[in-house]
Amino acid sequence: MTFILRHPEIIAMRFGEHVLLTLVSLAIALIIAFPLGVLAARRPRAGAITLGILNVIYTIPSLALLAILVAIFGLGMPTAVIALVAYAQMILVRNVAEGLRGVSPAVLDAADGLGFTPFARLVQVEIPLALPAIVGGIRIATVSLIGIATVAAWIDAGGLGAIVFEGLHQDDPDKIVAGSLAAVVLALAADAVLRVAERWTARA
Amino acid sequence: MDSSAPSGARIELRGVGVTYAGGSVAVRDVDLTIAAGEFAVFLGPSGSGKSTLLRTINRLIEPTSGAVFIDDVDVRTLDPVVLRRGIGYVIQAVGLFPHLTIGANVGVVPALVGWDRARIARRVDDLLALVRLDPAIYRDRYPRQLSGGEQQRAGVARALAAQPRVLLMDEPFGAVDAIVRASLQDEIRRIHRELGTTIVFVTHDVDEALRLADRVVVIAAGAVAQADVPQRVLEAPADETVRSLVGIDAESRQFALERPLLERETP
Repeated sequence: MTFILRHPEIIAMRFGEHVLLTLVSLAIALIIAFPLGVLAARRPRAGAITLGILNVIYTIPSLALLAILVAIFGLGMPTAVIALVAYAQMILVRNVAEGLRGVSPAVLDAADGLGFTPFARLVQVEIPLALPAIVGGIRIATVSLIGIATVAAWIDAGGLGAIVFEGLHQDDPDKIVAGSLAAVVLALAADAVLRVAERWTARA
Repeated sequence: MDSSAPSGARIELRGVGVTYAGGSVAVRDVDLTIAAGEFAVFLGPSGSGKSTLLRTINRLIEPTSGAVFIDDVDVRTLDPVVLRRGIGYVIQAVGLFPHLTIGANVGVVPALVGWDRARIARRVDDLLALVRLDPAIYRDRYPRQLSGGEQQRAGVARALAAQPRVLLMDEPFGAVDAIVRASLQDEIRRIHRELGTTIVFVTHDVDEALRLADRVVVIAAGAVAQADVPQRVLEAPADETVRSLVGIDAESRQFALERPLLERETP
């Protein structure tokens, strides 16, 4: 614990890096996952294939995936972002698709019959009704990414993992505990905030 | 109500057939004209093709042969989205949008076609009053806070919002209990009288058909078995299919008919 008290500025900097790495990855992941999730909901066959591929990516151990990506893209934060985006896809696409598929057929029939364009139906009806599932996916993905982002320090992407790795190299348990603890706190906080959001979207 | 409310449109089905991709025939060669302002009821057992036929009118299903005309316009020449915004649509499962208030549900089509807020708000209140849901009480409630009968009243209000000249109703009162159904039937007759909208109503309930219809269109095996006023369908069924459908209690039904018939004559 003493490291946290002695060097709050280092913890704060690495914490900031960690949050940034997670948020950037999550934002890019969502931009990719939304259309894929819509596709998966609309075309069950294409959806099953897409989710199958994403599931394979998801099962690759994070160290192995990072190693492969470093060989292609080199060290640094951009490579870590690519890895995190890839990991998040499975959870996000699955939840977007499940949320959309869960919308009542009667509601969709009514929307079509009343003259919604396909786009208006998606934006005004389907996405709002799928939102609890989508936010649930964002929550699980965020917590996962915060964990995996810790490992990304291994390829010079910064973040709280950097403190943990330094601790490992310098045989300094104090640093290891400090970095890990901060990552756990971040993950728990993100989980709590997104749980509230999830409940809020499910109120209707 | 808006005094500018347009009355009903004439619907013409010319040789309409629907064959599904697998080769099964849902509707075969239906010729039928529904007069402007008429209350036509498609009556038939489940699987007879009556809902399929209804859904060709707003192009939720495209006929594989023949064509549908509304006021002499082939509906295929219209953008389906534009066509549907001019046609009210009510279904058995109601399908209110659960994330929107009753007011927002009712105002959804006017919002889609770009009415301003004030006009939508006025229209919503008028419509809720029309279906006898007090706007002050129901406007800001959510669908789940309403009973089944109240939800379907809101469903009818939503369908009428953009002043459609045609209202399609697919077994709209099939999911509510008998007492609520009777009062909803009275309401829709009254609304039809007030607005003059052409209504096409699908049901498998013979009594409901006889009670509501200006003309009953009996549909069996995807074809029109008989299309006539309720009285004639009861007294002179066109064939065995119609007889077996309406026949069993024909006499007691005759008796029941008298009430709505009287109702129809009141201005």
